Amino acid sequence: MTAQALIGKILFYILVFIIVVVSVFPFYYAIVTSFASGSQLFQINYWPPSLDLTNYNTVLFARNFPRSVLNSLFIATTTVVFALFLAVTASYALARVRFRGRGLLLVTILAVSMFPQIAVLAGLYELVRFLGLYNTPWAMILSYTIFTLPFTVWVLTTFMRDLPIEIEEAAIVDGATPWVIITQVFLPLLWPALVTTGLLAFIGAWNEFLFALTFTIQETQRTVPVAIALLSGASVQEIPWGPIMAASVVVTVPLVVLVLIFQRKIVAGLTAGGVKG
Amino acid sequence: MANIVLKNVKKSYGAVDVIKGIDLEIKSGEFMVFVGPSGCGKSTLLRLISGLEQITAGDLVFDGERVNNVIPSKRGIAMVFQSYALYPHMKVYDNMAFGMKLAKSSKEEMDARVRKAAEMLQISHLLDRLPKQLSGGQRQRVAIGRAIVRDPRVFLFDEPLSNLDAALRVATRLEIAKLHHDMEDVTMIYVTHDQVEAMTLADRICVLRDGKVEQVGTPSELYDHPNSVFVAGFIGSPKMNFLTGEFAKAQNCATLGVRSEHLQIVPDGQGMWNGKVVHAEDLGSDHFLFVDVGSDEPLIVRLAGKLDTKLGARVGVQPLEGQMHRFGPDDRPLA
Repeated sequence: MTAQALIGKILFYILVFIIVVVSVFPFYYAIVTSFASGSQLFQINYWPPSLDLTNYNTVLFARNFPRSVLNSLFIATTTVVFALFLAVTASYALARVRFRGRGLLLVTILAVSMFPQIAVLAGLYELVRFLGLYNTPWAMILSYTIFTLPFTVWVLTTFMRDLPIEIEEAAIVDGATPWVIITQVFLPLLWPALVTTGLLAFIGAWNEFLFALTFTIQETQRTVPVAIALLSGASVQEIPWGPIMAASVVVTVPLVVLVLIFQRKIVAGLTAGGVKG
Repeated sequence: MANIVLKNVKKSYGAVDVIKGIDLEIKSGEFMVFVGPSGCGKSTLLRLISGLEQITAGDLVFDGERVNNVIPSKRGIAMVFQSYALYPHMKVYDNMAFGMKLAKSSKEEMDARVRKAAEMLQISHLLDRLPKQLSGGQRQRVAIGRAIVRDPRVFLFDEPLSNLDAALRVATRLEIAKLHHDMEDVTMIYVTHDQVEAMTLADRICVLRDGKVEQVGTPSELYDHPNSVFVAGFIGSPKMNFLTGEFAKAQNCATLGVRSEHLQIVPDGQGMWNGKVVHAEDLGSDHFLFVDVGSDEPLIVRLAGKLDTKLGARVGVQPLEGQMHRFGPDDRPLA
C-alpha cells in the first residue's frame, strides 16, 4: 500500500469518526445525564458517575408517564395501520387503474404535504372539535394519518408501478379480483416498501409534538413528547433534567428496537428489486 | 374445445385505431399463429381474445356465446406470457395452484391436477422451489404448467420463447408442439414475430399487418401462394428475392418474387439474369450466394452443399420453371 493510499484511508476513518461522534454524542450524553442526580447534573461527565436509577424510578412510576407511553404506542400503531391500508389501496388505483385526472390527483396529494403543520392547526382543531374527537387519541390518529398519507402514497405508488404488469394480468386470468391481487399478490412483493414507509410513519407519529399538545387537555391523554416537555420539578424554577433525560432514553428504545428488527427487511427490499420475476 | 369467431373486431386507444376490423374463425383444437412485424397489433388481438383489453367494436364469440363482456377468468382461457409472469413469492406448486385456489376447488382435485401437469412437463422435482431459483427455461415450463392446470378451452401464448436463448427456444418449441398433440381438443393461439416459429408450430397462420388480416392459411399455402408482396416477404427465410422495374416488366408484372431455393446458377451469360457474386454465406449443409444483377438488392441464391464459388466471379442466375411469383401494381398476385 502506498503512503498516499494509507493517508487517504486514515483521513477517511477520521471523517467517519467525526460523523459518528457528532451524531451519537448528544444521545450518549443524555444517557449519561439520566444516571446522574442532584448536583452531579451540573458537572461535566463523559462517563456515568454512578449507576443511579433514581431518575428512571421517578419517571416510570410517575403517575401518568407509563400511560403516556401506552398512548403513544396506540396512536403510532393505529396511525401506521390506517395509513398503510389507505395508501396501499390508493396507490393500487393510482398506479394501475387508468382514469381521468390521475396525474392531477397525484400532484394534489403531493401538494397537501406542502402545508406546514401550524398553517392547518386551527382548521384541524375545529375539525377535531366538530367530530367530537377533542382530548381523545383519535384526534392524533386522524391528524397524523392525514400528514403521513401523501408521502406513503407516493412511495407505494412508485413502488407499485415498478411491479411487472404481467404478474397482475396473470392473476386476472387466474380469476383474481383487485382485492385478491392487492392482498395475495402485491402485498408480499411490497413488504420492503411497507416496512420502510410504515416505520417512517411510526417514527413521525411517535415524535410529533404540536398536534399532540393542542388536541389534548388531560394528563392521561398526553403522548410521550408532550409528557416529557411538561414534566415538572419540585418548584416552578426547577427543570428536572435527570427525569427528562431518563424519559428520553426510555422512549427512544422502542424506535431503536424497531429499526433493528426490520433492518434486514429494509436492506433486502433495497436489493431485491433488480431480479427479474 | 372452443370454436372462436371474431366478427369485425376493432380496438382503438382514443383516436388511434390499433385493430381495424378483423374477421377470423379459429376452429376447435386448432393451433393458430398470429404473426407480423412489431406494431401490427398481434399482441393486442391476443389480449382482446383473453379479455385483458376491452373490445371497442365487433363481436368475439366462443362456441356460439358472445364473450365480449365476460371477464378473463370466466372465458376458459389460460395465458403464457413472454416474461413468464410467475408470482415471485410463491413456490412453483402454489404458482400452479393459485387459479384453482381462487376458484375454491377441492384440495384433492387441485393436488392431482398440479402433479399431473408437473409430470407432463417434467418439473415435478421443482414444485417446492421459488421462481428465482429456476432457470429461464424452467420458469417458462412452470408458466405453461400453470396454464395447463387451469384446464382451459383456449391456450394463449404471447411470444413465450422470446426471452429464451437459441438452444432452449428450439427445445421449448418442440415441447409446445408436443403439448398441442397431447391436448388435441384445446384451441391454441400463439403470437410471435418469428416466422420460423410460425411455420413450425402452426396448423394455420394469420399474418397481420397494420391492424388488419393480410392472409390466413396453412404454412404451405402461405409459403407457396402468398396473397401479397408483404406476406411473400414476411414468410420464409432468407427473405424472398424481389425484382422491380425493368426486371419485372420483362415478366409483365410490377414486382417479381423468387425464393432463394428456386434459383439456379448457370454459366455467365446463359441465365435470365447475370451478375457478380458479391457475398457468400456457408452454413455447412447449404450455402447462400449473393449475386448483384443490377437490381436494388443482390439476389440470394440457395445452393446445396459446400461453397465452391469464388467471390467476384461472374455467374448467370436462372429461376426454376413455374416458381416465379408475379405481383401487380397493387402488390396482389397476378394470375
